Amino acid sequence: MNTVNKSCMAIIVICFVCSCSNKPKSAFDMNESQVEVRSYQTRAFDTTDRVILLRSIVATLQDLDFVIDKVDSEFGVVSATKLSGYSIRMTITIRPRGDKQLLVRASGHYNLKTIEDPAMYQDFYSALNKSTFLTSHEVD
Amino acid sequence: MLTKNVLIMMVVVVIAGCSNNPPKDAFKLTPTSLEDKEMQTRSFDTLNQANLLSASGSVLQDLGYTLEESDSTIGVLSASKDIDATDAGQVAGAIILAIFTGSMTPVDDHQKIRVCLVINQSLTNENASLARITIQRIVWNTEGKISRVQVIKNPELYSAFFSKLSKAVFLEENNI
Repeated sequence: MNTVNKSCMAIIVICFVCSCSNKPKSAFDMNESQVEVRSYQTRAFDTTDRVILLRSIVATLQDLDFVIDKVDSEFGVVSATKLSGYSIRMTITIRPRGDKQLLVRASGHYNLKTIEDPAMYQDFYSALNKSTFLTSHEVD
Repeated sequence: MLTKNVLIMMVVVVIAGCSNNPPKDAFKLTPTSLEDKEMQTRSFDTLNQANLLSASGSVLQDLGYTLEESDSTIGVLSASKDIDATDAGQVAGAIILAIFTGSMTPVDDHQKIRVCLVINQSLTNENASLARITIQRIVWNTEGKISRVQVIKNPELYSAFFSKLSKAVFLEENNI
């Protein structure tokens, strides 16, 4: 390999390293905006029927072209993957809120990051609202 | 010329390395969502959802799928299968290209088909249950890299599956 080629390779390697300047973070690092992220990932639904809500979540995920990877009706969790030229993983959990409501929390992951765009979660919940016929509320 | 190529490669690397934004419309229902749902759904004249789920599991097993997840309360089955993805046309194209360039470009080699089947009560017919499947695939090329990930929306595939499922439901219900 001549010198020019060697330099080119070096530049490309440096470029690889620099382009991904995100330093390796700990698996349990949490950023400052976590509370905010959690709030727009979460909605309250006026029902206590976990099975109906989980069924609606599964139906919505199918509407959005996801394939279900994991579902546990007792624990109230659904994980699914969308493959459509890209890959998105979703985990949705439900838990009781008082005696009359259930909280749904959806978190999506794209590449190596959590999706932090509130508009995308808004889209997800509007799709879910259409399949549940239930009223959802934003949570403080 | 060489500098230009290096520059292009650098730009590609920077873009690829830091593309962390998902497509904005990933969680939006598309105009074809309803149409897709119809294609992916069949109604069965039974209220025995456990039987329908079990018949679906049998069909998937018959077709060589490995069941990966199931929940009878929600009525969900997920399964996958690895199959060949070689396409004669693609291979021929790569060979022709290789004749001119001297190097063989990678072509599709194998693929994983992922299927998710969900059973629900029909909202329009109180004596019927609905089965809906969604299908995805991941394709690897001859270099072992993922070349494509996509949703499969081929009506013939869905029809073929449901015709097998109808037979299996009949067999299951008649204990054959």
